[in-house]
Amino acid sequence: MPNILSVGIDIGTSTTQLVFSRISMENMSGYFCVPRICIVDKEVIYKSQVHLTPLKNAAFIDGEAIREIVAEEFRRAGFTPRDVDTGAVIITGESARKENAAEVLEKLGGFAGEFVVSTAGPDLESIIAGKGSGVFQYTIDNACTAANLDIGGGTTNIVFFDNGETVSKGCLDIGGRLIRLKKDLTVESVSPAAAKIAQHLGIRLTPGQRTTLPDLEKITDKMADLLAQALYIKPQEPLLQAVRTPGSAWLELQGKRINRICFSGGVADCIAKPDGDPIPYGDIGVLLGRSIAKGDLTRSIPTLTGTETIRATVVGAGTYTTTISGSTITYARELFPMKNIPALKLSLKEQDACFEGRVQPLVEKIKWFLQQSESEKLILALTGAANPEYKELKALAHCLCEAMDTALPAGTPALIVLEQDIAKALGILMEKELSGRRKVACIDGIKVEQGDYVDLGKPMLNGLVIPVVVKTLLFG
Amino acid sequence: MNQELISAIVEEVIRQLMASGKIDLSSSNEGACEDIASPACKAAPLLESPRDAEALERMMKRTTARIGVGRAGPRLKTQTLLALRADHAQARDAVMKDVAPGVLEDAGLFTVQTLCEDKNMYITRPDLGRQLSPEAVQTLKEKCIPNPDVQIYISDGLSSTAVEANMGKILPVITETLESKGLKVGTPFYLRFGRVGAQEHIAETLGAKVVCVLLGERPGLATAESMSAYITYNAYVGMPESKRTVVSNIHKNGTAAVEAGAYVAEVIAMILEQKASGVDLVK
Repeated sequence: MPNILSVGIDIGTSTTQLVFSRISMENMSGYFCVPRICIVDKEVIYKSQVHLTPLKNAAFIDGEAIREIVAEEFRRAGFTPRDVDTGAVIITGESARKENAAEVLEKLGGFAGEFVVSTAGPDLESIIAGKGSGVFQYTIDNACTAANLDIGGGTTNIVFFDNGETVSKGCLDIGGRLIRLKKDLTVESVSPAAAKIAQHLGIRLTPGQRTTLPDLEKITDKMADLLAQALYIKPQEPLLQAVRTPGSAWLELQGKRINRICFSGGVADCIAKPDGDPIPYGDIGVLLGRSIAKGDLTRSIPTLTGTETIRATVVGAGTYTTTISGSTITYARELFPMKNIPALKLSLKEQDACFEGRVQPLVEKIKWFLQQSESEKLILALTGAANPEYKELKALAHCLCEAMDTALPAGTPALIVLEQDIAKALGILMEKELSGRRKVACIDGIKVEQGDYVDLGKPMLNGLVIPVVVKTLLFG
Repeated sequence: MNQELISAIVEEVIRQLMASGKIDLSSSNEGACEDIASPACKAAPLLESPRDAEALERMMKRTTARIGVGRAGPRLKTQTLLALRADHAQARDAVMKDVAPGVLEDAGLFTVQTLCEDKNMYITRPDLGRQLSPEAVQTLKEKCIPNPDVQIYISDGLSSTAVEANMGKILPVITETLESKGLKVGTPFYLRFGRVGAQEHIAETLGAKVVCVLLGERPGLATAESMSAYITYNAYVGMPESKRTVVSNIHKNGTAAVEAGAYVAEVIAMILEQKASGVDLVK
């Protein structure tokens, strides 16, 4: 069975991990139908140890040390960077805001294969964790809704799925390592979010001074309470906004009921540990876990046990970030691989204008977007139409080509990504229209939002499909 | 009694009823009957007080099977039974109806016929549905360009509805795509009362290297709009069925007609290149 080897590397606030997985594909449609290649199996074949994320100091990740960890894990797994077809490097949580994250990524570039290196914004990270923890699949298998809370060292990434669809996502600066302590309860460091919560409770936390267990418990109880508020189990107070991770979405239930909740991330393993040392890791992780265990969150909604806890993000990164295009597409083979193409998403209204042949608005939009993204190329993301008339499609192809010819630098490729399965027909029409002036890649079966970046890999399975990664970049 | 006559009678009856004020179709839909065969109506669960209504809806969204319909004692509810019969009636209509002449005119197609003289003969004599009438052979020789690389034509098969729904979308995509590859595409036409096997006769009559028929498939209770493309290289009368390549499930809920057309054009190009079709073709 055709397959690709994918590596996922997750550099979190507190831990760094790596997994290798094998993604298998197969033509799932009958012999007498139009082909439909699907990902049929995702098997994690190697899981690294959970390493502590090496830091030079509070603000800097030690890029060189991370490189060594990754190189060592490649050796142990028995792979070389050349074996890897695709992969994702994800710098998560508070670490992502560390100033040298871009540099760390660069150091790791060679290890994720030639194809993909990506970073996740807080929202994408929430989805990745929810997929890695198994909750995504659970909602499909059980036709239900479920929320996944990935509680790491620096952030809690929340995602709400309904039947395999992402309803919404959000991220809060709540995590197990927001306050670091010595064994004698001397405070070592306090994150800004933890300071806000302490201040709200009237508790003084000063680095270098000792605190008390009851005070820390009050803080973690409040954190657990805020998580319950984020899921609308309790009324939301202004403090919740104050601990929202910058640049993250606000979780909305959109009128749906949460049937199940699941916890992943390092703190998830602490939820079921009522006894023993309260500060085993020099932080508040275990206390936070216990606060959640006795809080409103677990009492209001039935919990489910995920397939992964502390490894949810890395498994999600390794197995769920790469997807494949539809199986009837148009492309010029020599275009691939392509990395970090900024996506310009057309709204349904803008798309309708294109169907009607109005070129000028699209020209202006493309020009504006190129200027904004400081890029020479872009990929146009459209919803498409389910069962269009031929002449409608022709009008669309004509409009897209004319706009691209006017607004894009000469010779740059015409790149289109659609949701609906019409890419082969549209692509053929565009190729005809452009008659070699530009190379065309028109793919479908992929949902892209404004602000996303797209990586396109080399064609697979006799050229029927191409692997695709849709991501958000933190460092534009 | 033929179709047109029935339509005319129904129209006349409605006209007279409306004129006498016994029925009023112009007023609002209030109190009007719901179309129980409509997707909206089928999407609503009939099962009374389900334990988890949301879950039931999610399950129903995933399948076209009639689940969540409840029951009346050991039997189907009246609405379910009527919806089944309505769907069945649509399927029968698709088989028994003729393609509307306007649709063929719009596409610029002329019509030829097999040896079948009417629908009944067509249904009961599959052998005759595979052979061209002498007039058809003559018309084809007169109107079509000879010895094309690819001869594409449309046929009713077992669903005229499928032809009406898809032909205008799929035919131009295939033709234009092949022409832009520099291939000689034959003159398209419509074959009435045609079964798949008629394509051998057509290929022989016109000397086509590749023959492709776009044909309405036997309707089921889920859709009556499904079309298939049967494509054969160097077809001859008496050839084995294994020489045919087929692309099926072309309809709005399967593969959209324009996209299927683009794929069919690619398959035809592949067939010409390999000089093989059916099981001999390496995809």
